[in-house]
Amino acid sequence: MQGKKIFKLLLFLLLITPSLTIASEEVVKEESSVKSEIKQDIMHHLQDAYDFHLFTDKTTGTHYGFPLPIILWDNGLHVFMSSKFHHGEAVAESKGNYYKVYHNKIYKTDAEGTLSKDEDGHVTNAKPLDFSITKSVFSVMLISLLIFLLFRGFAKSYKKSHIPNAVGKFMEPLVLFVRDEIAIPNIGEKHYKKYMSYLLTVFFFIWFVNLTGLTPLGINVTGNIAVTFCLALITFLITQFTSKKDYWKHIFWMPGVPVPMKFVLAPIELLGVFIKPFALMIRLYANISAGHIVLMSLVGLLFVFQNWFARGAFLGLTLFLSIIELLVAFLQAYIFTMLTALYFGGAVAEHDDHH
Amino acid sequence: MEKLINEFSVGLFFWQTLLFLVLLFLLKKYAWKPILNAVNEREKSIEDALNKAEEAKKEMAELKSANEDLLKEARVERDEMLKEARTLKDKIIAEAKTKANEDAERIVASARESIQHEKMAAVTELKNQVAVLSIEIAEKILKQELSSEAKQSSMISSVVDDIQLN
Repeated sequence: MQGKKIFKLLLFLLLITPSLTIASEEVVKEESSVKSEIKQDIMHHLQDAYDFHLFTDKTTGTHYGFPLPIILWDNGLHVFMSSKFHHGEAVAESKGNYYKVYHNKIYKTDAEGTLSKDEDGHVTNAKPLDFSITKSVFSVMLISLLIFLLFRGFAKSYKKSHIPNAVGKFMEPLVLFVRDEIAIPNIGEKHYKKYMSYLLTVFFFIWFVNLTGLTPLGINVTGNIAVTFCLALITFLITQFTSKKDYWKHIFWMPGVPVPMKFVLAPIELLGVFIKPFALMIRLYANISAGHIVLMSLVGLLFVFQNWFARGAFLGLTLFLSIIELLVAFLQAYIFTMLTALYFGGAVAEHDDHH
Repeated sequence: MEKLINEFSVGLFFWQTLLFLVLLFLLKKYAWKPILNAVNEREKSIEDALNKAEEAKKEMAELKSANEDLLKEARVERDEMLKEARTLKDKIIAEAKTKANEDAERIVASARESIQHEKMAAVTELKNQVAVLSIEIAEKILKQELSSEAKQSSMISSVVDDIQLN
């Protein structure tokens, strides 16, 4: 029952996305400064943050949101709330060390917060190991919890009857879709079972994360290269560690081609092993980032134009693109899972006929 | 590329990996296994039910055809029995008829015979009666004829005359 409520809330948030996003940006400004401000907002949104920032009332300079814990390892553990930074304006002190946020990165400084820079403008201050619960980490935690609660409830409902609960009725066809349209055709009846847990988890994780990225909460998880790198790395590792003899044979000593060709193909195939997950990583990252940039730019344009006709047109376009992004959110989850399954299939394929 | 590497956050990577693996493990245990098992089980039970229905249908058809065969056989048997019964009946009737005829003839014959006997007996008795009456009449006539001496002597003479001595 609880999972049902959360699911309804999520759906509701998705539906009211465009209007709320606009409402949260409602600030009247001079046109010249509006443009640079929008650009800044977009760049700021795309990057991870140390606090959960919802919106800022720029006329009064108040930030609405809540701080998140900062966890640093710098010859000892430093844990404090991000509110100590005062949105990057102040130097935070912890156990005698001073830290400052500059361009979304924490640097070790002196009590005054001096940052030394080299000729290229890069900060040369030392960086502590940063394991902070950032906005993205916090979002991943929340979304993971949500996914877990929803699907555990769904799984439990099978104990009562053959027909699942409301969440299950919606999700079961998707689970079967992953099994029948992604796993079985790409991996094969014989081996697909051991990959199902990963495929289902990665599919629903990416999809839910992408969907929450479309809410006005301003979450951008899959637009972080570290997140997509993690997912691609796991796919890569599973592919290599579950691969059969034939997989390696096809990489280093391609059967069915002349010997000189084998020497040419081996480095290409070996490179392909790394390029495949790399492409997975970039594709997801780029698609989601681009989607966020386009949507935010369009919302921004609403404030650049003072003309009501143009505003109406951009409102319609934003709505249209939001719907497209809903599709992209699903599509990217599907493509990632689909290609992952394809690579798994290649790893366990048994070639009877040598081509 | 440099921008991507610059953007890469070790902390986020660490947390994402940790959280994702925990989620993977938890979902595997508490969601995917029960869900896939339940779905498989349901699919299997549906398949079983369909197979069973198909089997039952086949069995029904077999039973029906068997029933029909049985019915046909029974019908043939009944027809045969009827036919037999009819011939038997005819035979019995014919036999009875002949027997009845024979009996009737025998009875008629014996009746005729006994009638013949009775007739003969009646005739014989009649003859005897007639004889007795004739003698009595003759006695009376003789008594009358021979009531006087003259008559007796004429009588004797006539009888004697009649008798030719040869």
